[in-house]
Amino acid sequence: MLTLAHFLTLGAILFSIGVAGIFLNRKNIIILLMSIELMLLAVNMNFIAFSRFLDNMDGQVFVFFILTVAAAEAAIGLAILVVLFRNRQTIDVEEIDRLKG
Amino acid sequence: MNIVEIQLALPEIFIAVMACVILIADLFISDRRRGLTHLLALITLAFVTIITLRMLWPVGASELAFYDTFVRDRFGDVLKLFSYLILFAAFIYAKHFLRMANLYRGEFYALSLFALLGVMIMISAGSMLTVYLGLELLALSSYALVALNRDSATGSEAGMKYFILGSLASGILLFGMSLIYGATGTLALNEISASLASGADDQLLLSFGLAFIVVGIAFKFGAVPFHMWLPDVYQGAPAAITLLIASLPKLGYLALIIRMLEDGMSGLHADWQAMLVVLAALSLILGNVVAIAQSNIKRMLGYSTISHVGFILLGVLAGTAEGYAAAMFYTIVYAMMSAGTFAVMILLSHDGIEAENLEDFRGLAKRSPWFALMMLMLMFSLAGIPVFVGFFAKWQVIAAAIGAGFTGLSVLAVITAVIGAFYYLRVVKLMYFDEPENTDAIEAPADFKAMLSINGLGMILLGLFSGGLISLCVSSFAG
Repeated sequence: MLTLAHFLTLGAILFSIGVAGIFLNRKNIIILLMSIELMLLAVNMNFIAFSRFLDNMDGQVFVFFILTVAAAEAAIGLAILVVLFRNRQTIDVEEIDRLKG
Repeated sequence: MNIVEIQLALPEIFIAVMACVILIADLFISDRRRGLTHLLALITLAFVTIITLRMLWPVGASELAFYDTFVRDRFGDVLKLFSYLILFAAFIYAKHFLRMANLYRGEFYALSLFALLGVMIMISAGSMLTVYLGLELLALSSYALVALNRDSATGSEAGMKYFILGSLASGILLFGMSLIYGATGTLALNEISASLASGADDQLLLSFGLAFIVVGIAFKFGAVPFHMWLPDVYQGAPAAITLLIASLPKLGYLALIIRMLEDGMSGLHADWQAMLVVLAALSLILGNVVAIAQSNIKRMLGYSTISHVGFILLGVLAGTAEGYAAAMFYTIVYAMMSAGTFAVMILLSHDGIEAENLEDFRGLAKRSPWFALMMLMLMFSLAGIPVFVGFFAKWQVIAAAIGAGFTGLSVLAVITAVIGAFYYLRVVKLMYFDEPENTDAIEAPADFKAMLSINGLGMILLGLFSGGLISLCVSSFAG
């Protein structure tokens, strides 16, 4: 029998993978975008699990909004990525280091 | 939903409609007549100010609308009015720079108005759902604005960094919201507050949720240790955009922290207070010390922002009405000061090349005594020298913190403010005691000069007559 704790654990693991992906990844910015998406989906998992076990619809409504915003966010992220690649001819995380002080 | 509820949200609806109108109308305006878009944006802000002013009196209790997702109260109205004022000034400053840098396009106005809409939604949020939507609307518009200069390598790099860390912050904040939702079973902030008061919730979920929410807010605000994106974004973005993201969003983030922590989770005050103490202390120390080492003035102001965020958090963590009022006063004053400082930087830029090094300020007093004086007032105000309004802002915050028993932290705030005075006064020294490298006359349109003069003189006038603004902030938290 699946309990709330199972879903929360899965959500937490997915979220951790997303955060770790952002900090550990040293190669490709597209992987960063995927990690961000994974984080948001982990949050959706949490909301739906709570919504189901609390018998309250609000959480599921919130998930629809998160999905919509995530789509807009991905669009803007990819647009900035295209601009960055045009200017720098690279999307290597290590080489995005012009700003420092 | 009825007509009364729609009237409460009239400022937001008006801005949403006008942002769309400006976006479409701009397609039919030729490049030579872009001034029409500019004028339309300014008129929008003037009208929305009238709409909001009509709600300000008589002073009434807060009103809820749209199934408790939307709040209209005095705190929100006052903060919105200052958002309009700051965006109005930012539009006038930005026009001059965008023209020089060949970025004078309609998108800037549409995106800025959508960012303002995000700030307004956050200010009026009555539920975690509205908080999130406002925050994302502001964030997505700002990412696009930072990367506005499509041919700039630093601009697109700053945009990418801002995007990654901003999305990370939103994700962390959302994760916290999901845990709070799980613990209390509701998204509405007033119901969360009531649920916490009953004390029947899962403490473990609440503690984890609160920690994630505080980290998310700290990321957005740029509080140490979650500040690494801030100096890079300030440096990489075009000067007019840095001006915008250094001033307007701060008002929204203040609303974010007060709505989430005070309206929603005042029951966990002791827990979030302890976290904010650490964030405030680290921000005050690191911001002021690292700013000394900067030679790029945009980076320097980035680190100075971090130290001012420390002061804002110091006011919020007191957790009293005086503390919130002081934080609000500080944020409003800070947004004005930082807009003015970046405007002086735009003034010194020529042919789209930004005056971003400290050297560019050398001998400004000989080139333009009047604007050197304005910069002097802004710098003195940022440093917190008496008579100028920045001093009263710091004083209010520290008084509130001492009132709540944070004497040690207040002493630290004063010491770091004195350290911080060094790099502000260094700019004054460069302007007044060094010889200019180039002696070209400083040229700017009349509206730019007028706005900058009002902004600079406002620092001393608001300082001399600070009582009015302070009592406005205090009355926002009176009920």
